[in-house]
Amino acid sequence: MIEETVLDIRELEINMGPQHPSTHGVLRVKLYLDGERVTDCECIIGYLHRGVEKISENRSYIKCVPYYDRTDYVAAVSNALGYVLGVEALMEIEVPERARCIRIMMTELNRIASHLLWLATHALDIGAMTVFLYCFREREEILKLFEALFGARLTTHAFRIGGLWKDLPAGFDETCRDFIDQFPDRVDEYEQLLTKNRIWLERTKGVGVISAEEAIDYGLSGPPLRGSGVAYDLRKLRPYAGYEDYEFEVPVGQNGDTYDRYLIRLEEMRQSGQIARQALDRMPDGPIRGKVPKIPKPPVGEYYSGIEGPRGELGYYIVSDGSAQPFRVRIRPPTFISLQALKRLVQNHLVADVVAIIGTLDIVLGEIDR
Amino acid sequence: MEFLLSYVVIPGVKIVVLVLVLSGAVAYLTLLERKLIAFIQVRLGPNRVGPYGLLQPIADGIKFLLKEDIVPSRADKLLFTIAPAISLVPAFIVFAVIPFGPPDMFAGLLTTVLSWFFEAATVQAVVANTIATGGIITDFNIGVLFILSVSSVGILGIILGGWASNSKYPMLGALRSAAQMVSYEVALGFSIIGVLLVANSLSLVEIVQRQQSSGVWYFAAQPVAFLLFFICGLAETNRLPFDLPEAETELVGGFHTEYSGFRFSLFFIAEYANMIAVSAVAVTLFWGGWLRPFPSVQWLWFLDIVPPVLWFVLKVFVFLYVFIWIRGTLPRFRFDQLMQYGWKVFLPVALGNVIVTAVLLLLVRTG
Repeated sequence: MIEETVLDIRELEINMGPQHPSTHGVLRVKLYLDGERVTDCECIIGYLHRGVEKISENRSYIKCVPYYDRTDYVAAVSNALGYVLGVEALMEIEVPERARCIRIMMTELNRIASHLLWLATHALDIGAMTVFLYCFREREEILKLFEALFGARLTTHAFRIGGLWKDLPAGFDETCRDFIDQFPDRVDEYEQLLTKNRIWLERTKGVGVISAEEAIDYGLSGPPLRGSGVAYDLRKLRPYAGYEDYEFEVPVGQNGDTYDRYLIRLEEMRQSGQIARQALDRMPDGPIRGKVPKIPKPPVGEYYSGIEGPRGELGYYIVSDGSAQPFRVRIRPPTFISLQALKRLVQNHLVADVVAIIGTLDIVLGEIDR
Repeated sequence: MEFLLSYVVIPGVKIVVLVLVLSGAVAYLTLLERKLIAFIQVRLGPNRVGPYGLLQPIADGIKFLLKEDIVPSRADKLLFTIAPAISLVPAFIVFAVIPFGPPDMFAGLLTTVLSWFFEAATVQAVVANTIATGGIITDFNIGVLFILSVSSVGILGIILGGWASNSKYPMLGALRSAAQMVSYEVALGFSIIGVLLVANSLSLVEIVQRQQSSGVWYFAAQPVAFLLFFICGLAETNRLPFDLPEAETELVGGFHTEYSGFRFSLFFIAEYANMIAVSAVAVTLFWGGWLRPFPSVQWLWFLDIVPPVLWFVLKVFVFLYVFIWIRGTLPRFRFDQLMQYGWKVFLPVALGNVIVTAVLLLLVRTG
C-alpha cells in the first residue's frame, strides 16, 4: 500500500500488451504498480474479435466447424469435437465405433500438443528457454500426425458431423504408437529440467494461489480448478464421445498454486498418452461415418454440449429453429472465464509473477475474443 | 628512447592488439553462444552465412550498422547517446590489468624485433622492463581495486540508458539493474578479499605468481569465495538466472527496450565483453591465470609445451562455456528472491569466509 508522504508518489500505470512477449497473443493488461508490486490490474480484450458466434448464424451446420477451429487455435481438434457432438446429439446421429476411437485418440493427442505449447511458453516466460524447444520437438511429431490425417497442422477441421472425413492413412498406427511409447520419457526430460529446480520452485510455489471455493466462485475449470483440489473433469463426471470406456486418472492438486497446476498438466499429458494408446488398441475396423443427410437440419430444440478441453470446460450451446442454419451458437470458452480470475490472482504479487500467472492460466486469445 | 619504447610504443601496440582481439572474441562469443545453446536445444543454430555460420557475427555487425537509429522523441538526447558508450568502455578497460601471460612473455620477441632497428644497449634496457615484456598492459599494484571500481562504472551506463529513454519498461529495468548490481557488488568484493588475504597482494600478476609458488590454485584454497565470485559474476553481467534488468518476457527488453541499431549493439557488446572480463578475472584470481595445471609438479613438464597464453584462453573458454550452459538450463529468479539471496545469503557467507580465512591465516603465519 502506498502511504502518504511529503513526496508526490504515484502508482506507475504500465501497459502490458497487446504487443508484449508474454501475454500469449493480444491480451492487454493494465498494471498499476507500486514499485514492482502490483496493486491492481485490468484486462482489456477484444483485439482478436471476429464475431465467430454471429457468423455461425449465417452458415450451415457443416460450414460452422472451421470457424470453431479458429477460436482456440491451439486445440482445434477438441473444439471441433465439442460442436460436432452437440449437433449429433440434436439430430440423434449414431457415430460408428471406429470413428469414436479415432476422435478420442486425436483429441487426446491434441490435449498433449496443447499442454506442450503451454509448458513451452510458460517455462520461457519464467526464463527456462530450453524447455521451449524440447516441447516443440514433441509437438512437431503430433502436428505431423494431424497433417497425415486431417491434411492440416493447426486449423485442422478435424471432425465432421457423423464421424470423420477420411480414415487413418497407411502407417499411421505405427507412427502414432512410436510417439506414444517414447512420450513418457520425454515428459521425464522436462521434469528433470524443471520439477525439482530450485529456481522453478521458488518462482511457482505459492504464486497465484486460489482456494477451491474461490476457484468455483470464479467459474474456473480444467487445470486451474483441479489445481485447487476439485476433481472436476467432464470426461469422468459427464462422459461424452465414449470416454466412459477408457481408464485414466484425473490428477488433482492441493495448494492451488502455479506449481500444482504445472504438475497437473504434466500428469495429464501422461494420462492422455495412455488414453490414446487404449483408443489405438481397441480400434475396430468398420465405417468412419454415420448416416448424415447432405444438409443437416436438426429438429427444433437446444443442446448444451460440454467437453473437457485442454484448458477446461469448453461448451457449445446450440439452439436450432429447424432450419439449415443454427439459430444461435453460444460458446463457453474456458479461458475467457479463467482470465477473470487474473485480477484476483495477481494482487500483491510482483511484475514477474504476473507473467507466471498469465502463463499458468493457459489463455488463448482467439478463444477469449472469439 | 628506451622510455618512449617501453612506456608508449610497445604498450600502445599491445592495447591496439588487445582491443582488436577482444572485439573479435566478443563477436565470435555471440556465435559460440548461439551454437552451444542450439546444441543444448537440439537444433542447428546459425549455419547459413559462411561455412558453419562462421560469418554470422560479421553479418550481424553489418545489420546493426545499417539499421535505423531511433531516439525516442522525449528522451534525454545526450544521456541516451552516451549511455551505451559508458557501459561499453569499462568492460574493455578492465582488461588493462589482467595478465594474459608471464611478465617475460614478450622478451624473446622484443629482443628479435628491436635488434633490427636499435642498438644492443637500448634493446637490453627495454627488455629488462616488465611493462614492455609482460603479457599484460599495465601491472598496477592495486589491480583488483581497479577492476572493482571500473566495473562499477559500467552499471552507470545501464541506469542512464534506462532512465534517459523516458519510457516505463526501460525505467523498471534500470532500477532493477541498479539494485541488483549494487547488492551483488558487495558480496563480490568480499569474496575477493579472501583471495587477497591468502595472496597478500592486490596486483593480479603477483596473485598468479603466488599461486605458482605455493603450488595451489586459489579455488582450492578459497572454494567458498570462488563459488560466491562466480555467482555474483553471473549477476554482475546480467546473465541468466540473474538477467532481470533485461528480462524480455517481463520487461520486453528491459533497459535497452528503446535502443536500436548500433547503440543497441554497443550494449550487446558490453554484455559479452563483461562476460569475458568476469571469466578472465575468475581465471586469474582462482584458476592460476596463465599457469599450466599443477604448476609445481615437475613430471608434468610436457604441459609446458602449450604456451601460457593458450592456457589462459582455454580456462576463460571453460568459464564462458559454463556461462552459456547455465543460460541454456536455468529459469530466471524473481526480483525479491534475487535481493534476498544477495543480502541474506551471499553477503553473510562472504563475510564469514573473510573472517574464517583471516583467523586461519593468523594462526598459520604466527605459528
